[in-house]
Amino acid sequence: MNIAETLLNLWNTSGFAKIFAEFLTGGWQNLVMILIGCVLLYLAIVKKFEPLLLCGIAFGCILTNLPGAGLYNQELWTNFMTEGHEAYHSYGTILKEGGLLDFFYIGVKTSIYPCLIFMGVGAMTDFGPLLSNPKSLLLGAAAQLGVFAAFLGAVALGFTGPQAASIGIIGGADGPTAIFLTSQLAPELLGAIAVAAYSYMALIPMIQPPFMKLLTTPEMRKVKMEQTRTVSKAEKIVFPIVVTIFVALLLPDTAPLIGCLMLGNLFKETGVTDRLSDTAQNALMNIVTVLLSTSVGATMVGSNFLTGQTLKIVVLGVAAFILSTCGGLVAGVVMYKLTKGKVNPLIGSAGVSAVPMAARVANKEGQKANPSNYLLMHAMGPNVAGVIGSAIAAGFLLSVFGG
Amino acid sequence: MFFNTLSDTIGFGEAGITAALGYAVVFFGLILLMFVVVLVGKSFTASAKKPAPVTEAPKETPAPATAPGSAGQLKLHNVEPKTAAMLMAIVANKMNKPINELRFISIKEVTE
Repeated sequence: MNIAETLLNLWNTSGFAKIFAEFLTGGWQNLVMILIGCVLLYLAIVKKFEPLLLCGIAFGCILTNLPGAGLYNQELWTNFMTEGHEAYHSYGTILKEGGLLDFFYIGVKTSIYPCLIFMGVGAMTDFGPLLSNPKSLLLGAAAQLGVFAAFLGAVALGFTGPQAASIGIIGGADGPTAIFLTSQLAPELLGAIAVAAYSYMALIPMIQPPFMKLLTTPEMRKVKMEQTRTVSKAEKIVFPIVVTIFVALLLPDTAPLIGCLMLGNLFKETGVTDRLSDTAQNALMNIVTVLLSTSVGATMVGSNFLTGQTLKIVVLGVAAFILSTCGGLVAGVVMYKLTKGKVNPLIGSAGVSAVPMAARVANKEGQKANPSNYLLMHAMGPNVAGVIGSAIAAGFLLSVFGG
Repeated sequence: MFFNTLSDTIGFGEAGITAALGYAVVFFGLILLMFVVVLVGKSFTASAKKPAPVTEAPKETPAPATAPGSAGQLKLHNVEPKTAAMLMAIVANKMNKPINELRFISIKEVTE
């Protein structure tokens, strides 16, 4: 055995050699992406920015940019999406030639992960506040303003229709919905959109309050809301069934998301499927979160991510969040006027669906104006309405651009 | 309006119409859903309000067991009954005790 030759072979097959050999043709991008992955890990671990998801996304980003590891192969997915290519829509090719993260990513591409996450979200969500105050649905609808405004902005900045639709959905403040739509319409933007969506969701306590103060008066923020009626168990059981049938008939493209959300909720409410509810909320949710976050992180390949498009997405994403917040607040102010001061307009900001963060922010701002004000349950209504609203918005965009 | 390929470019005017239509669809869907929820809620409330069928009470039924203790005579100072009830329920829940085994003397709002 020639020791020197073996060592040389080892060096030549190492990622270090690849980085140096291909430094100018892409190696530097790998290094920058590994650095970005480390920054995201810092934000997740130290700053607690959506750590359950951002941790996996950041680590997936690092893994996918390790030269020579072959965990994720961008070119396989490009071929998968290229009409006329022999590997077009061929999962067989992916399974034969792909790496570990390619296998994980199949769950994103087939929309399995976002739907299963929605099932867990449904199992954790109490729709009682929405049922006791159905007008909350209007606030949830108004808070989708940012989705369509950002869509327009993205078109103005030169994105294609499907890409603009995927960027717009960041304004829905709903990670699984954003991943669901983007994986269908603009998979090349998935990494940037997922990171933007989850980062801004973590920043909601910083993004929303200035606009809450801007669009409401201290008098409005002080309003104490009446306690709403008690919702019966039977009503809570019927609700997911009715919503699934109604929304899926209205917009069939929303059926996977709404169906899973409501199935999870039905498990929670029936009282006879506690084990399934528990699994959906905990074990299943955790497993899918691991797979989803790492595979989304894997799409953050340097050549795809380090472009001007990513910067535009970051800007459009924050604009979408702000406009959605403003849409909900304006609707809240209208309700305040129409009800002669019975509705605290702050709950409108919870119409962006980041559950329950947005509702907590509304509650906190309400308490700043009036320490004896408890808006949390009132804000949960628009909050969960926002989940349904963003799913409907995604369904609409998918039906328009999905082909 | 419907685009067939994933590489479709779209004009700003067309995008404006799509955005307006999309926002309208979200409102339309959620307003319809609101009416459905209201109808379902009303039907449940109505059925709950219906008087229970009159059944002859069994004779000489033993009196129900009295609860050991009660919440007691409660004095409220600047506190609404609803808020007081909520506080009592929270305390009972935190202590893992039935509310009628606790004795509340008074509840007072502390202002700075």
